[in-house]
Amino acid sequence: QGGGSAVIDMENMDDTSGSSFEDMGEMHQRMKEEEEEEAEGEAGAAEEEDGEFLGMKGLRGQLGRQVADQMWQVGKRQASRAFSLYANIDILRPYFDVEPVQVRARLLESMIPVKMINFPQKIAGELYGPLMLVFTLVAILLHGMKTSDTIIREGTLMGTAIGTCFGYWLGVSSFIYFLAYLCNAQITMVQMLSLLGYGLFGHCITLFVTYNIHFHSLFYIFWLSVGGLSTLRMVAVLVSRTVGHTQRLILCGTLAALHMLFLLYLHFAYHKVVEGILDTLEGPNMPPFQRVARDIPGVSNAVLNTTAKAVALTL
Amino acid sequence: FAGLADVSISEDIPVEGEITVPVGSRSPDEDYSTLDEPVRDTIMRDLKAVGKKFVHVMYPKKSSALLRDWDLWGPLVLCVSLALMLQGGSADSKDDGGPQFAEVFVIIWFGAVVITLNSKLLGGTISFFQSLCVLGYCVLPLTVAMLVCRLVLLAGSGTVSFVIRLIVVIAMFGWSTLASTAFLADSQPPNRKALVVYPIFLFYFVISWMILTFTPQ
Repeated sequence: QGGGSAVIDMENMDDTSGSSFEDMGEMHQRMKEEEEEEAEGEAGAAEEEDGEFLGMKGLRGQLGRQVADQMWQVGKRQASRAFSLYANIDILRPYFDVEPVQVRARLLESMIPVKMINFPQKIAGELYGPLMLVFTLVAILLHGMKTSDTIIREGTLMGTAIGTCFGYWLGVSSFIYFLAYLCNAQITMVQMLSLLGYGLFGHCITLFVTYNIHFHSLFYIFWLSVGGLSTLRMVAVLVSRTVGHTQRLILCGTLAALHMLFLLYLHFAYHKVVEGILDTLEGPNMPPFQRVARDIPGVSNAVLNTTAKAVALTL
Repeated sequence: FAGLADVSISEDIPVEGEITVPVGSRSPDEDYSTLDEPVRDTIMRDLKAVGKKFVHVMYPKKSSALLRDWDLWGPLVLCVSLALMLQGGSADSKDDGGPQFAEVFVIIWFGAVVITLNSKLLGGTISFFQSLCVLGYCVLPLTVAMLVCRLVLLAGSGTVSFVIRLIVVIAMFGWSTLASTAFLADSQPPNRKALVVYPIFLFYFVISWMILTFTPQ
């Protein structure tokens, strides 16, 4: 089922459809001329009885209705044929033709950077894995937002999560595809979507772990290792498909920056409670970046007294 | 008009689709005798059909009743009741943390549509509305879980209640996924069942997550 329907069947575009409309047009024109003649005839014979007058009008009305009906049928048939030609989901069918073992293999491969960058690496143009990974990322993001009591002022929690993930996947893919076009890289849009989608696997793992275990240092380790590995893989594949040092630098630098920064953004924008928990957990050992005002009673009292005196003097 | 009637379709176009007509059609155009029956009979017949499908979901056997005569009344009722029950969580307008009615509604229907499209693209033989029907009816265990959670939350909202809610929601989530898999997996090629089950798992996981994290004001 559906094996042959992915190909657009040009035999559908037979010429009878056009000519039937022309026939309809001619018919309609002829009907109009007949009506005009009859109208002139009626105007001349306006003194005739009402019955005959109504009879002729009734006959014309019936013909008119039949013509309109025929036109409607033909138009509907044309519209449904055009619809089934363009709005066919069979267009997407080849991109979902995968086996579970293939998906698993590709997921694992997305974490392993390739070594051979001298000849173009193969990218599977498949959309099932990336789509599922984006939805998984949405689910993980929702979990993180909820456990951190993130307050979304404009919009909803779900809408923000879906918008962020899909926006990143589609937007950054399109942007990198555009850059690839400028830098003469050999990659198609579907391949780019697939590559970036599988690159989100690292993001999923990192966020899944760090949204549940709240340690800053653990997040940074995961960010560098897991995020770095998946970015390296994408970069290596792109490098293998681009010629020229400047082009390679531009393309891969942009992709690496965007990919790593996105992970950083996802962690910090939607996980505000990390700070609070960290303070309670690491009480006696102060993290290096925290500045706590040390309260030395003697100094603070002296400061208070001199300030009071200064204020009293000025008043 | 003989020449106009000759708009023929070529024989090479593959004909595909669902030819099955829902058994027991209730449309008055085809069965004139149902026009004259009292309204109570019509409503009771529809309610019985919906109730029978509920029973099929709670005890998932390999029957095709859910698939043969699909209807979307049950999913609508379940979706609306679930969305209403998830409403009381954010009465405070400043803290908009809970899902709105429209959000839940859209998530359920949009999620079901995506899963259906996915299963069709993977080579499934089930029709669009049949799949929507099955996915919608299998939300029933989760609606029951929501009811139980609300009752438990009335008693208190400590750790014990959280553990109870967690167990109930996980059990119902497993039940939903198993029920829908029992109906939908048969329509797939045998080696791709896992590819179809995963989105269903994710879909019910998101709904269960919404139920579990519901906290009334």
